[in-house]
Amino acid sequence: MENRGTVKCTAKVVSQEALAEGIYSMWIQADEIVKAAKPGQFISLYTKDSSRLLPRPISICQLDRKAGQVRIVYRIAGAGTKEFSRYCPGDAIDVMGPLGNGFPLDGDERKRAFLIGGGIGIPPMLQLARELSCEKQMVLGYRDQLFLNKEFEEYGSVAVATEDGSAGTCGNVLDAIEREGLTADVIYACGPIPMLRAIKAYALERRMECWISLEERMACGVGACLGCVCQSRDLDSHSQVHNKRICKDGPVFAAQEVEL
Amino acid sequence: MINTKVKLAGVELKNPVMTASGTFGSGMEYGEFVDLNRLGAVVTKGVANVPWAGNPTPRVAEVYGGMLNAIGLQNPGIDVFAKRDIPFLRQYDTRIVVNVCGRTTEDYLQVVERLGDEPVDLLEINISCPNVKEGGIAFGQDPKAVEAITQAVKKHAKQPVIMKLSPNVTDIGEMARAAEAGGADSLSLINTLTGMKIDIKRRTFALANKTGGMSGPAIKPVAVRMVYQVASAVKLPIIGMGGIATAEDALEFIMAGATAVSVGTANFFNPCATVEIVEGIEQYMRDNGVHDIAELTGCVR
Repeated sequence: MENRGTVKCTAKVVSQEALAEGIYSMWIQADEIVKAAKPGQFISLYTKDSSRLLPRPISICQLDRKAGQVRIVYRIAGAGTKEFSRYCPGDAIDVMGPLGNGFPLDGDERKRAFLIGGGIGIPPMLQLARELSCEKQMVLGYRDQLFLNKEFEEYGSVAVATEDGSAGTCGNVLDAIEREGLTADVIYACGPIPMLRAIKAYALERRMECWISLEERMACGVGACLGCVCQSRDLDSHSQVHNKRICKDGPVFAAQEVEL
Repeated sequence: MINTKVKLAGVELKNPVMTASGTFGSGMEYGEFVDLNRLGAVVTKGVANVPWAGNPTPRVAEVYGGMLNAIGLQNPGIDVFAKRDIPFLRQYDTRIVVNVCGRTTEDYLQVVERLGDEPVDLLEINISCPNVKEGGIAFGQDPKAVEAITQAVKKHAKQPVIMKLSPNVTDIGEMARAAEAGGADSLSLINTLTGMKIDIKRRTFALANKTGGMSGPAIKPVAVRMVYQVASAVKLPIIGMGGIATAEDALEFIMAGATAVSVGTANFFNPCATVEIVEGIEQYMRDNGVHDIAELTGCVR
């Protein structure tokens, strides 16, 4: 079994800021985790309230390897993430990571890539943009309020779509690609299932390489409990059924290997 | 020197701490966090005669002080399990308990027979899973059915048999006596309590299966009470479980009458929980002048 250098430790909050309503950015000092981490992996964060047992899996948004810090950008989805949003610099936080497989980074440098993020699926695209060496075109989909879009600009072009038309293309990420006449050879995407389903179909039609990052309710986060499975096209060698574990075998999958 | 060794149906464990089926896989994942050699036994995820796909997602939901799961006994089937998981566990100096599940009596017997020639120490028969339509709990809620399946399994098993009991019954003592009458060598309890959570934002069930099994610290008092009840009802050694997260929790079960204990949901929020409990029990024994763990087993009557 591959050891990914996963550790559980008590880390320290370095900084915290609100990027938009209900969207927070937190930097965490976690040297051991950062050492092993890759774009597309996630970390599990534990609340201090013992009535809330399960860790919250949150994708890695950015890594500062020199400083040993990891950044998460997350949405308040319930009481647990609300608690995180109240943490101040210096506060302790229990973290486990890095978890999951991450995006493949060994692709052809001559390829042109779409990095597509929808809503809270946008954050993991930032570290990917920083580490992919090919030409990158970011396509970011929002409901209404924008966040992180400016930070992508130094890594390539950025196209924005909003559901309410308040910024960029009115519509979804594929509407933005079409309206701006963008093309690419490979897709990396994270976002809600309907978006990923449409992107998978788009890639299939054009015979494009396509990598998608999935999420699901998790318990253990390490592949033991089988809580967070997705359906796989082929029989999975570990499970011996058409199920893959998102936390362990994913969260990043080749689009054609999973059924959405 | 303190003695933490316990005996379950003739099988000696180096200490009473085991894992609870379904929370620990076959140890591969948690082997990155804890030294499996430190555990009394690893109890595997339930395995059936053929691979099972399990239930649709969402399969897990957090509830106050615990969680619900409705995995639906997803498993790779006995063939791959025997080729991959048993040899993996054999590398460690720990006892192997294989949890066996099935939809029909024949399913259970096929797995039990197949395991007869495998290097496993004990079999745990799951007649208490609340998340599958056939099998599982259907065998565990009627004393006649409990006795019959126990008898059938015992006839085919080469290893000692642990029957895993459901708490979703009126009188668990009656089920324990039925398993004893059927020839069980040991009992484990409790499996999860059937629960439900509603997602009020989406106005639907939090779990795709609607109901799920509740586990975690919130169920511990119910589990301790049931272990006490069963310990008073039968002579069989008991493996106690249900919300154990610390050595103090484990000691409650032991004092209520459990010979060994299993750690389940705690692994999810503390991957080192099992070994911390082993060490905590040793510490308690040293601090309190307890030389043999047997002095504590069932000491509260």
